[in-house]
Amino acid sequence: MKHSFLDQYSDRNSLIHRLDPRTKLVTTFLFITAVALTPLDGWTSYALYSVILAIWLVLSRVPVSHVLRRSLVILPFVVLIAIFIPFFREGDIAGSYNVWLWQVSVTHSGLAVLRNILIRAWLSILSLILLTSTTRLSDLLKGLEQLHMPRVMVMVLSFMYRYIFVLVDEVMRMKQARDSRNFGGRRWWQIRTVGNMIGTLFIRAYERGERVYAAMVARGFDGRSRTLKRLEFKPVDAYFGLSLTLLVIWGNIINLI
Amino acid sequence: MDDAIRIEKLSFTYPDGHQALAEVSLVIGRGESVGIVGPNGAGKSTLLLHLNGILRSDDGAVKVLGRPIDDKNLRWVRSKVGLVFQDPDDQLFSPTVFDDVAFGPINMGYTASEVKEAVARALEWVGMKGCEERSCHHLSFGEKKRVSLATVLAMDPEILVLDEPTSNLDPAGKWSLLSLLKKLPVTKIVATHDLEMMRALCQRIIVLDQGRVVADGAAETVLADTDLLIAHGLLPAELA
Repeated sequence: MKHSFLDQYSDRNSLIHRLDPRTKLVTTFLFITAVALTPLDGWTSYALYSVILAIWLVLSRVPVSHVLRRSLVILPFVVLIAIFIPFFREGDIAGSYNVWLWQVSVTHSGLAVLRNILIRAWLSILSLILLTSTTRLSDLLKGLEQLHMPRVMVMVLSFMYRYIFVLVDEVMRMKQARDSRNFGGRRWWQIRTVGNMIGTLFIRAYERGERVYAAMVARGFDGRSRTLKRLEFKPVDAYFGLSLTLLVIWGNIINLI
Repeated sequence: MDDAIRIEKLSFTYPDGHQALAEVSLVIGRGESVGIVGPNGAGKSTLLLHLNGILRSDDGAVKVLGRPIDDKNLRWVRSKVGLVFQDPDDQLFSPTVFDDVAFGPINMGYTASEVKEAVARALEWVGMKGCEERSCHHLSFGEKKRVSLATVLAMDPEILVLDEPTSNLDPAGKWSLLSLLKKLPVTKIVATHDLEMMRALCQRIIVLDQGRVVADGAAETVLADTDLLIAHGLLPAELA
């Protein structure tokens, strides 16, 4: 079955696409750190970060709509975690509500924190989406590896990338097989069927793991993993990395000046 | 010393007590193309896993190029015996085609330039040149099969072991894979129930059933023995 790419647009060609994945990883990490370290309501910084992202986006020629759409998918998770902050933060009360037995109140400082968390999370997510839509996942993995991320973690990520769609296919086939035998009936029965399917999927994934391991062993895998270093820094990496670093640092301290 | 593989009284029982192989003995000479046929569960795959030491008997019942498989020569054995698994999704586990074909050569300790050369050569052989940077999960099934073969050819094996190489392939894909295999100048051991392919590829056929060798002979003789084939589930019984 055909699936969309996890790293859509990453096979295009642009200045940003051609950069070394390590440059992009490090600058993205730096960008997120700077965003997280920005003081509350540092609006000038936020504006500058947005400008940086906009430049990045224009240079990479990834459609704006794609980046925005993807960022909206992730935001609910952030909201879900952050939504309780205004209720627990102490300070001036902005409003009080009665919810059944409890009286809950929202504070001004709590709302400020919520606002900042949402902005920071959104900026960080946008930068990550830009990273993944300008770098192929296989290149990102190579970059991580050469930045000395533990090999085990790189391998786990690489297997995830390789097998996620194989597993999705397996689920789809199971669903089709179930539906063609007239899935329905009482709710309890339906839940049990889904439970059995999850169990079957787990066992199949486990067995596949054993076969994959056999295929690795058959080609001389002995627990140590070896790879070729195939990445190369180019002058443009230095220019891009340096200028972005300076911009980000400037954006971060602009509030203090 | 012209044996590629020599197996003497190999038995294997799975941990659950199921006996998959019972005193299997066979000799395969260098340069031979041997088909191993048998119904489902006959022990074909178990036998193949013994050929490069993934499954091992303790008594050295399996000899590869004259040497019994032991802990010390395991890496050498695996560079000599290239095993291609049935499901290309098991065989191809790396993000890109290059990484996958390079996996064996890198493990064998080739230098960076040797690895690149081996990968280029193997992909050229299977007609997949220029696909180095493609993701493995975006290949078609036939392409996956070809790349699977390349992952093993990149290690320059002397013995090629294939588990159901043509299963799930469409006829065009099957015959192009077959003509590819015929051109390879190595010892070939192929497990399958595809008699059509046997006829085209193998000079000798070994019939395995319930873990035992029940027939071993020239391809024409074995394939002409309708009673034998029916008795071991390789032809439908109505033909008798």
